[in-house]
Amino acid sequence: MKTRVIHWFKFASPQNFYVLAGRMWPWFAGLAAVLTLVGLWISFFVAPVDAQQGQGYRIIFVHVPASQMSMFIYLVMAAWAGIGLAFNTRLSGMMASALAPTGALFAFLSLITGSLWGKPMWGTWWVWDARLTSELILLFLYLGFLALQSSIDDPRRADKACAVLALVGAVNVPIIYFSVIWWNTLHQGASVSMKGSSMASTMLAGMLTMVLAFWMYAIAIALLRVRNIILDRERHTDWVKHAVA
Amino acid sequence: MNTTIPSIGLGRVLLSVLKREISLGLRQKGEVLTPLVFFMVIASLFPLGVGAESNLLLRMAPGVLWVSALLAAMLSLQRMFATDHADGSLEQMVLSPTPLGLLVLAKALAHFLLSGLPLVLIAPVLGLQFGLDTRSLGILMLSLLLGTPTLSLIGSIGAALTLGVRGAGVLLSLLILPLYIPVLIFGAGAVEADAAGLGIGGHLSLLAALLVLSLFFSPLVTAAALRISLE
Repeated sequence: MKTRVIHWFKFASPQNFYVLAGRMWPWFAGLAAVLTLVGLWISFFVAPVDAQQGQGYRIIFVHVPASQMSMFIYLVMAAWAGIGLAFNTRLSGMMASALAPTGALFAFLSLITGSLWGKPMWGTWWVWDARLTSELILLFLYLGFLALQSSIDDPRRADKACAVLALVGAVNVPIIYFSVIWWNTLHQGASVSMKGSSMASTMLAGMLTMVLAFWMYAIAIALLRVRNIILDRERHTDWVKHAVA
Repeated sequence: MNTTIPSIGLGRVLLSVLKREISLGLRQKGEVLTPLVFFMVIASLFPLGVGAESNLLLRMAPGVLWVSALLAAMLSLQRMFATDHADGSLEQMVLSPTPLGLLVLAKALAHFLLSGLPLVLIAPVLGLQFGLDTRSLGILMLSLLLGTPTLSLIGSIGAALTLGVRGAGVLLSLLILPLYIPVLIFGAGAVEADAAGLGIGGHLSLLAALLVLSLFFSPLVTAAALRISLE
């Protein structure tokens, strides 16, 4: 019997990864669609009405996964950036720039859904709560990354400069987070906290399904976007001409 | 033939770069004065915007002065490397045997001396206009003195990243202002904490911690960013 060996580093080349990503993304997109449908069904029809918050709480099924993903994607992006700087691989920078718009989108979505939830629950669209503020700052960090990316013409230089920025941002995120918490307690801000302890199991199931669905969506869209970036950057090569012909 | 480069002590390199930067800065007085005037104008706009009620102004003063200081420090950041980049001396610095991080540190220090320190010195005058008492003015100066070097150091990262980039000025503020938030919080917080009767030790310690961290890390990051920009 011959064991099949996969040469993982093969996929560090954009050309090979283009094919791999092309095979993978439909699966993740399919999973995302199924999980979203199941998750929304649970969150709208199965999960009980909350005793205190009524129907309005249901937005957390989108809000919580979005804010989790927005933070997680920044870390993944910084990790890709670090790999790119350390090993000088082209694909890493492409992955980082493929993830950034999705991360920014999730940060934005999390802010919007948060304020939609805040209006009926807290009676205001916005409070300068520590978590809201740090999410807003995270969105600014994403926007800075995207702005730097778009204003440097040479893609290799853009990748490296953005990698440095992403790493600086990743180091700063905890510092910013804790300083905002301290600032918040000093200012005696709106002391609202969500009591997540007594959550019904169907609510939890709905939430977890939605979290998974967002994961799958993020992976699928990042793969799809990195395919476009690869085509764009490699458009002078023969294989791209064959691939799009 | 082995060509030995005469070794110069790192301290002397640091001093000579510092002297060069300062004498260059002082020759163009506008460079030093414009951010200072900007600082005063911004701080004077706030009473016009929110009204001259003295209680309100007193409460806002630390925050307003600190935010104005952030913006003023930002204004002169772009020039930290731009002129040297234009005349090619930055490339010589990158090629020189002296560690680039050290040269960058000297440039950031010069930026602090030329733009941060004047802000520290003029802040009490503006603080008086907002009705701060002597004690608060002293704490404001102390927090600015601890905080503005951090602004120069973190800012040097942004200046290096945006070197020679389209729309560098606006981009620089978008990149750097979010990173300034901790300094703003603890800097303005120190004055407010004292006014509220709490100790200021924690705030000043944290400002000093941020300074030490950025003193160590930001020259290294800036040097890496400069190498990327000059590639």
